[in-house]
Formats: sequence, structure tokens, C-alpha cells
Amino acid sequence: MKERLIKVYQGFGLPRLIISAFLLVLILVAAGTELSVAGLLSDSLVRIGQNGIYVLAMVPSIQAGVGLNFGLPVGVIAGMVGVLVAMENSLLGFGGFIVALLVAIPLGIIAGYLYSLLLNRVVGQEMMVGTYVGFSVVAGMCIFWLMAPFKNPALIWPVGGQGLRVTLTLSDTFGGTLNKFLPFQIFGLSIPTGLLLFYAFLAFLLWLFLRSKPGVAMEVVGRNPRFAVAAGLNINAYRSLGVVLSTVLAAIGYVVYAQSFGFAQLYNGPLMTAFPAVAAVLIGGASTSQAKVVNAIIGVVLFQTLLTVAMPVTNVLIEGNISEIARVIVSNAMILYALTRVTGGEQA
Amino acid sequence: MNQVKKFVSKNAVPILFAIVCLLGVYYAEMPGQFLLMEIVKRMARNSFLVLSLIIPVVAGMGLNFGIVLGALAGQIALILSTHWEWAGIGGLGLTALLATPLAALFGFLAGMVLNKAKGREMITGMVMGFFANGVYQFIFLFLVGTLIPFDNPTLRISTSPGLRNTVNLSRLRGVLDNVWTVQYGFTKIPIVTFMVIALLAVAIWAFFKTKLGQDFRAVGQDRHIAGVAGIQTDRNRILAIVFSTVLAAWGQIIFLQNIGTLNTYNSHEQVGTFAIAALLIGGASVTRATIGQALMGTFLFHLLFVVSPSAGQAIFGSAQVGEYFRVFVAYGIIAISLALHAWRSKSLSKVSMEEDVTA
Repeated sequence: MKERLIKVYQGFGLPRLIISAFLLVLILVAAGTELSVAGLLSDSLVRIGQNGIYVLAMVPSIQAGVGLNFGLPVGVIAGMVGVLVAMENSLLGFGGFIVALLVAIPLGIIAGYLYSLLLNRVVGQEMMVGTYVGFSVVAGMCIFWLMAPFKNPALIWPVGGQGLRVTLTLSDTFGGTLNKFLPFQIFGLSIPTGLLLFYAFLAFLLWLFLRSKPGVAMEVVGRNPRFAVAAGLNINAYRSLGVVLSTVLAAIGYVVYAQSFGFAQLYNGPLMTAFPAVAAVLIGGASTSQAKVVNAIIGVVLFQTLLTVAMPVTNVLIEGNISEIARVIVSNAMILYALTRVTGGEQA
Repeated sequence: MNQVKKFVSKNAVPILFAIVCLLGVYYAEMPGQFLLMEIVKRMARNSFLVLSLIIPVVAGMGLNFGIVLGALAGQIALILSTHWEWAGIGGLGLTALLATPLAALFGFLAGMVLNKAKGREMITGMVMGFFANGVYQFIFLFLVGTLIPFDNPTLRISTSPGLRNTVNLSRLRGVLDNVWTVQYGFTKIPIVTFMVIALLAVAIWAFFKTKLGQDFRAVGQDRHIAGVAGIQTDRNRILAIVFSTVLAAWGQIIFLQNIGTLNTYNSHEQVGTFAIAALLIGGASVTRATIGQALMGTFLFHLLFVVSPSAGQAIFGSAQVGEYFRVFVAYGIIAISLALHAWRSKSLSKVSMEEDVTA
């Protein structure tokens, strides 16, 4: 019995155990107040589906040996352009959602490929370079949003006829397309079926890919580049594949995020998107050199539920919005833990 | 001729930025007096912070994104000094004194963490800054006024926990700058502030002549060889971060006494990014930084900052373009020099790897 418990403990890992226990305490506290636990969990489900794809995006880049993809905004921007093109043409419902994806995915492939060419030249420093490439792309795109040739009056500033607004609402175009697809209620929980199905579908595709021949080859490149060379694999090609996949997932992730959230926040909105996603995959048990789809799923479920439940509960107990600060502390503590755990650094 | 070529290739980044700045100045069409006033003010404000980055670079730890921790220590000291109503130049000195052990402690902890993340110091330092920011907000937004009793109406609104968003540093505003100013046109030149900056520059220069400074340099050049030569590399690395953090705390105090208001929850956020961008624009790299580069970079970066809104207005018809452009430059220059650094060191390691394979 004891050994079995230890085995379960080792498989699950201490960080997840602590967070699960904390989550349980929060939910019990919530049950003791006038808060609706079912409502909190319903919100969590939406947040999980909304952020899940960003976390999935971490898996291919880690597996390809590129590490945590701090350059997530590169893909997010591609997704934004997709969403904006669909909105510019006032496409409604699924039509808008699909057009947004059709624009976002090729842009994501191109941007991801260019980004991977850079990352292949900065082996060992991908995380730091990626972070600042992401920041630069977001800052550079701020100029683009100001000058972009969008004409739809719903998108641009009423005065001047140029420049996109800071926050755009998707409610009259394709906001909630996935979330409102076949929703149902069970035990007072409302299930955003379409959103969760789409997320599960992508997770399944990624899982399938990682088991395919190119997926395994990519993993070999990530684990042991020298062996990969000896086996005749083109390291840079597989690293690029991982980065492109990650970037495309980020682009899709943005389209899904925007339709679920109901707003598109331009300009500095996507600046910090990478950090919660990085933290979530690490909370799920991934390391900087190894990640599975299941890590991404566990991670996003724990992290987003924690954040969703923590805010109303702490609001009842103490004043003020602690959720944002909790997010900052938990996510950065998790990233620090992962960065210091592997003493990989005899590479000065 | 050859010498000119060598000079240009060695200083490509500052020359490029000088050209961008000159174009900006040309298009912005700002009155020279105004430009001078802004630049003097900003140089006085920021130079100390930028100089605080030099020591870790020389010790081989890259750009210290963790100076945010030092800035936080400075701010905590400023909050306390406002609470105790310290005033004048003596009050400022006491504040700096109060910040020192705090910053040294933060630097020590940061150095310990960075020793566990060798080769990843910069990203770790950056995340550490974010983490410290979270803890700082947690303390001053939630614990103060609830768990920590603190009832000063100038710092808190009694109805909700946490400090005010802005703290007026009226007792310390400009106390260092105004000790001795020289008026030139509209520009007040804060001589004493510049003397402090010069003193720091000389101190850093002198420090690298000492035994400890030479040890830092040795550790920075090659950790293994330094270790074999009997230098305690880990201890030296921690010390380098402690120095940098303490200097950053003082730098933040100088910065805020010039501004005169503390944005409790935002003043420190961009400290690392902007100081590092300034250092890099001066021509420094991840492995090499000098005092001249730091001062030159501060000058160019802030010149760009001052002129870009007006230049954006003149060139693109929108001041906002200029504002986004300068942020883009700050992030972009960091991205480019990090990439260049990694690119170069990779081609070095590739050579050694090929040797391995053939051996």
C-alpha cells in the first residue's frame, strides 16, 4: 500500500499535489460561503478551453529541443491578423471563425518558419532570444495596427479614419461561436461543448503527431542531437518543425481565445501571453527539455481552475483582486523552479 | 583610413543610433533649449541605473535583468522614509543607507538562484524580477493595512488595504539635484547628481583594478580556468550580483527623487528593460560593457525617447507611431544583441564540437 502511494506520488509530482490540495481547500471554502461552486467550475471550464491551446503550443517546441516557447506572441499576432480579417469583412458565426483560422494558419506557418530560422542560430539561448523577439514583434505590430489598411468603421477609431481601436468586441461577429455550440447543463455546470471538443480535437491531433514517424524523429532531435545526426536526421529541419507547430498552435489558440473571451485586445494586449502558458505546462509536470500532451492538459486544468476559483473566494475573505497577483507569483515561481532545477549549465 | 574602418565596425551600433537620433532631431524640429533640458534631466535620472549593470556583465553573468530587485529595495526604503518623514539631503542619505542591506539581501538571494541556473542567467533574472514584483505587490497591496498595521494617511487610504497608487515624495523631491545647480538658459544642470554619477564611474573603474575586480574579470572570461586558479567562482558571482543590486537600489532612489512621485506599483517595472536597452545602444554586448558605453547609450537612448513622438508626428502624422517606435527600439535592440551574442558563441561551440567528433 505504502509503495503504491509512493509510486502515485512520484508519478504525479509534488508541485501538482500541492496545487491540487490548495485547490481543494479553495473549493471547500467556496462551498462554505454563498458562492456557487458549480458556477465557479463552469467558469473554469471556459477558461481551460480558452487557454488550453496556448499551453499545447509549448509541447512541440520543448520536444524539438528548442525549450519553452517564450516567443508565443509571434503566433498570437498571426491569429490576431486572422481575427481582424474576418471582422473587417463582418463575417458572422462559424464562417467568421473558419476564415479567421484560414488566414491565421498560413501566417502562423510563415512567421513560425522565419522565427525558427533565427532560433536555429541561437542554440542554447532560445528562451531569452524568444522572449525579446516576442516583445519586439508585439511592439512592432503596435505601429502596424495604427497604420493598417482596415476600413470597417467598427474596427477603427471614429476620428481620422485610420488606426485600429485598442479593444474590439466580437459579440456582433463570431464571439462565442464555439462556446455556444451544443452547450448543455449537468449538475448546474454549464459545459461549453464546442470549445472543449475543439480543444480535445487539437490535443488529440498533437498526441497523434508525436507518435508518428516525424514526431518521434523530432523527439530524438530534442533529446540527443548528436545521436540524431548520427542517425541521419536533419536537426535544423526538425527544430523548425517544432517551432512552426508551436507557432501555428498559438495562432489557432488566439482565434479560439478571442471568440471565447469576446474581445480582441490589440497593441500591448498580447505582450505577456507566453508566461501563463509556460507556467501551466511546467505545473503540468513538463520540464524545459521534456513535455507530453498530458502535461499540457493537467497544467492548464490546474492553473486555470486555481486562478478562476481563487479570485471570488479571496474576494469574499479579503478585499481586492488578488487573482492577478496570484497569477504572477505562482506562474513565475513555477518558471524559476524549472529554470533552476536542471543544472545543465556548464555551458557558460 | 584603416583606423576609421576599425572605429566604425567596432562602434557600429552607437553610430547607427546616432544617425537615427540625428534624423529624429531633424524631423522633430524641437527647440534646442528644450532638447538640452530634457536630455540633461534624463541623463541625471538614469545614468546611475545603467552603470549598475556593468559589474555582472564583466563577471560573465550577462545583462542583469534582476536589477528590478534593487529598484524594489530602493522603493521599499523610500516608502519607509516617507512614513518616517525623513527630509532633505540627509533624509535621502538615510534612505539610501536603509536600502543598502535590503538590496544586499535581495542580491544575495538572486545570486544564489543564478548560480543554480548557469548559462541561463538572463532569463532567470528576468523571471526573478517578475516574481519579486508579484511578491512586492502582494505585500504592499494586501498585507499592508491587513496583517501589517500601517496607518499613515499620506500613504494609505484607510478604507481599503494596500498603499496608495502614487506616493508623493515631497520631502525628498529634488534634494540631491538642488544642492547645487548651474543655470544655462532654461536648463538647470544638477551638478551634484552628475558628480555622484562621475564618482560611481570612477569607483567602478578603480574597482576593476583591485584584486577582487580582477577576480571578477577572470570568472567572466572563463569560469573553469578561474576555478582552477583558485578563485571561488560561485562566491564571486554572488558578490557581483550583490554589488549590482545595491547600486540599482541607489540608482532607483536617485531616479525617484528627481521625478518626485513614486508610482507604487509601476515605477520599477521597466527599469531593467530600459537600462539594458540603453547600455546595448551604447555598443555594449552580453559579455563586454564599459563605462563610456553606458553613458553614451543612456544619452542616445533618451535622445531617441525625447524626439520620437514629435518625429513620428512629422513623418507619419501620428505622435503615437513615434511612441510605439521607441518601445519597439528598446525591445528590438535587446533581441538583436542577444541573438548576435548567441549566434557568435554558437559558432565557437560548433567549432569545438566538430573537433570532438573528429578526435
